[in-house]
Amino acid sequence: MDVIALSVLDLGIAAIFVCVLSLVSLFLSLGLEWKILIFSCRMTAQLLFIGVVLRYLFADSSLIMVVFMSMIMLFAAGREVLARQNIRLKGVIGYVIGTGAMFISSFSVSFLALLVIIGVDPWYTPQYAIPLLGMLLGNTMTGVSLALDRLTDQFHKERFIVEQRLLLGQTWQEASSDIRKDSMRTGMVPIINSMAAAGLVSIPGMMTGQILGGTPPIEAVKYQILIMFLIASGTGFGVISAIWMAGFHLFDKRHRLCLEYLTVAKTGKR
Amino acid sequence: MVQLSLSISPLQNDCCRFGVEGLEFLINGPYSFVLKEEECVGLSGRSGIGKTQLLRAMTDLIPYTGQLFLDGVCSTVFNAPAWRSRVTMIPAEPLWWYNNVGDHFQAMVHAESFKEKLGAVGFSEDVLQWQVSRLSTGEKQRLALIRGLCNTPSVVLLDEPCSSLDSYHTTLVEAFISEYLHRNRASVLWVSHDPEQLQRMTDRELCMEKTVLVEKNR
Repeated sequence: MDVIALSVLDLGIAAIFVCVLSLVSLFLSLGLEWKILIFSCRMTAQLLFIGVVLRYLFADSSLIMVVFMSMIMLFAAGREVLARQNIRLKGVIGYVIGTGAMFISSFSVSFLALLVIIGVDPWYTPQYAIPLLGMLLGNTMTGVSLALDRLTDQFHKERFIVEQRLLLGQTWQEASSDIRKDSMRTGMVPIINSMAAAGLVSIPGMMTGQILGGTPPIEAVKYQILIMFLIASGTGFGVISAIWMAGFHLFDKRHRLCLEYLTVAKTGKR
Repeated sequence: MVQLSLSISPLQNDCCRFGVEGLEFLINGPYSFVLKEEECVGLSGRSGIGKTQLLRAMTDLIPYTGQLFLDGVCSTVFNAPAWRSRVTMIPAEPLWWYNNVGDHFQAMVHAESFKEKLGAVGFSEDVLQWQVSRLSTGEKQRLALIRGLCNTPSVVLLDEPCSSLDSYHTTLVEAFISEYLHRNRASVLWVSHDPEQLQRMTDRELCMEKTVLVEKNR
């Protein structure tokens, strides 16, 4: 079965739904009408752009190009993580922690998957490497940003609880353990939910794409299972390392909670 | 050991439990004073002058300059949690982080004296099964006193420990604190806005100003 090519008209019809949604948002005064339109346009532009980039990348599959491309994806994800927090870690360190956590988890998991599990030759073949990394980064980004947002918010709200626990002679690890655990859980809930719903409620996007593209369902399912495992572990490790680094950063050597390292964003992007 | 002996202040002598030398924090200080063994010292001063901040600096919760000594040993020799187990503050507004009262006392619930301590401030043992949301402000304050003393600190900094208590429970708490002081040969710094209480409970009284602590004549 060949893929039915979509025309501009087809996409235009789908876009009408979004325009209607935007109008409804205006009538209900949700204040989201411009956001819906702007981000729809942005999404379209981003995807068209990546389509063009991937065409060049697939034609000339050099390691340098793949690394360059994945770095751009990583830095964009790091920026998104920061933008989604109402209370942020001040300075470069906030960016470094989010980006670093995603780098550690997404890159190591996709590297291992490419090398050991899928075993494509060469391992950086862009047809595999870029989409795989993209799926991992996208999900890890959601997890890490939720977890960090929860962490900074909780430290801000419950600073006096942390302080009183420190007064009882607890170490910073003990005094912040509930907050850190809670943040880690918050970051991992979405991926656990989507594992629970996969196949029963939702047919995951990647699998849908493959089936529409003509892959036999059972092959698509196997890839989807692999991807789910990778995403779950990538998100989990990303969330844990982000929370660990942020906790380490927010306490000083004398086990004091340093809230001066936090700053409240002027415009919350939520 | 070298570090230990270097950090012993020449000003300290045997009866001094706690020493503060040139303590500065935020825009306060420098303050210098000592607390002797089994001594209860009052601290007063107008509200907003920084009394609570002084207690927070003494427990190493906020950055400070100057030196703090416990039994002649400088605070930097201790790691911070160890310091706070020996020099602790009982906050004026105690907070609770578990739903159940008992969960906050896990470390000490098996100690023999625990029931006795609860009784001394007017509780029976069932309080451990209570929900924190059920506690009144005064009950929270009395329980926080027990909780704060779980490590049997040698220096106790009390931040208005009776601010939400009726006269009956104030008497209980006052008796409990002096009993603790003598049994453990501890020192107490007692912040209060009640001059009569300070007169009654403390051996001497310091009045806090932005840059000095003035010994009050009584």
